[in-house]
Amino acid sequence: MQFLSDNSDLLWGAFLTTLSLAVVSGLCALVLGTVLAGMRVSPVPPLRGLATFYVEVFRNTPLTVVFFFLAFGIVQIDLQFPSRFLTAVAALSLYTAAFVCEALRSGINSVPAGQAEAARALGLTFGQSLRQVVLPQAFRTVVPPLGNVWIALAKNTSIAAGFAVTDLTAALQRLANANADQLLAVFAAVVAGYLVITLPSAWLIRVVETRVAIVR
Amino acid sequence: MSTSVLFDLPGPRARRRQLVGTVVGALVVAALVGLALWRLAANGQLEPDRWAVLFDPASGVPQALWQGLLNTLAVAAVGMVLATVLGALLAVGRLSDHAWVRIPVGVVIELFRAVPLLILILFCLLFLPTVGVPMTAFRALVLGLTLYNMAVLAEIFRAGILSVDRGQREAAFALGMRKTQVMTLVLLPQAVRRMLPVLVAQLVVLLKDSSLGFIVGYVELLRTARSLVEFFNFSFGSQYTFQLYVAAALVYIVVNVVLSQVARSVEKRTRRSTKAAAAKDVELPADVQMGGGGGPV
Repeated sequence: MQFLSDNSDLLWGAFLTTLSLAVVSGLCALVLGTVLAGMRVSPVPPLRGLATFYVEVFRNTPLTVVFFFLAFGIVQIDLQFPSRFLTAVAALSLYTAAFVCEALRSGINSVPAGQAEAARALGLTFGQSLRQVVLPQAFRTVVPPLGNVWIALAKNTSIAAGFAVTDLTAALQRLANANADQLLAVFAAVVAGYLVITLPSAWLIRVVETRVAIVR
Repeated sequence: MSTSVLFDLPGPRARRRQLVGTVVGALVVAALVGLALWRLAANGQLEPDRWAVLFDPASGVPQALWQGLLNTLAVAAVGMVLATVLGALLAVGRLSDHAWVRIPVGVVIELFRAVPLLILILFCLLFLPTVGVPMTAFRALVLGLTLYNMAVLAEIFRAGILSVDRGQREAAFALGMRKTQVMTLVLLPQAVRRMLPVLVAQLVVLLKDSSLGFIVGYVELLRTARSLVEFFNFSFGSQYTFQLYVAAALVYIVVNVVLSQVARSVEKRTRRSTKAAAAKDVELPADVQMGGGGGPV
């Protein structure tokens, strides 16, 4: 356990990097995914097509490949992210947005048709009925799947370690080399770091779920 | 709710507005694509001979990419078979009547789902050799993928077994079958038929996750592209970099889209089949589709 106190700075910094990666990309993915879900149910066919194309492409591309392109590919069109952290945030948000969109769409589908029909009968436009009637109910029903997407995102941040972001997994690789005799303790410390993020999230999701659930 | 209840069919004015919007939007998209192409051309990335290397057998590139794809598929195939078998066993174990089986199996499933997949693979690669298990990148990758996916599949199978109509189980017991017989002859066959589309969908996830081999040094598709790039950089400068990465990404997307379509058609067939207990909506949850450690803690 000696290495824990020796490397507490490294581990703490790595934990904060992982946490901020997950939080920032989670928020970006939520916004982008909501827009995509709105596009997928919109009355305008090209918007529907665009959103479907986006989701199909990102659902079938490994996250590593997305990272790869943002890290090494877009240099070729003279673009570059100011830092590796932002590259990782962009890759994680672009990838996760596709799954947020999928989760939200299933939520929209679970809202009873009568709700939308009533909204239209009252004369609400598409945007109004989506914003004020359908989406608020959809968000309530998709709290568990969205929460699970967020937990998966928190674990997926580990891939950023392969692209020179000093997160928990990168710290693991560094510590594993330096403390070959205490590998188990190193792994336990890093896994504990992830669990500190995911376990409270899981608990929070359950609390929020019971608070906002709609009894149908 | 089908989406059409959200809006009226567009009338003539709305159609005209949509048309204008579509044209303007298409122009903007075309301008962006054009800008990207122009920058690519300015950097010389669109020259035909740079792309020709991908199809020129003399350069060794098609063979290497093919080999990379085969390596990727090999990991995915071995991992999938092992994960399916072990997942089915774990699912049955978790539904066992005996607490001494049920509880440890539950702990195993929860443990492997809670740890990020990359950490699991690194654990196999770095720790297992120190306790005397011979490890290669291939074995570590397969083992990591198997451990994670068997836990995910166990939960899927369990849900499938539980979703078989209660009457089936009761009727089997009434016929005098024993617990094992009920499970193997009545419940599992129906559950597996119903879960077939989900299994194919999970294969897509597993294939995507096999690209983690890039990080642990297994020569799969992405790593192949990377090492080809390094090789060409050494002799010709970085002129083939972009092309190789694009090729690798396209191969992934094509293979996965094809597999997704297979999953969809399998699903349609299962829905028609009378042997599968009337499946409602069997779809992989969004977080499991993300791979790399989806699934609740």
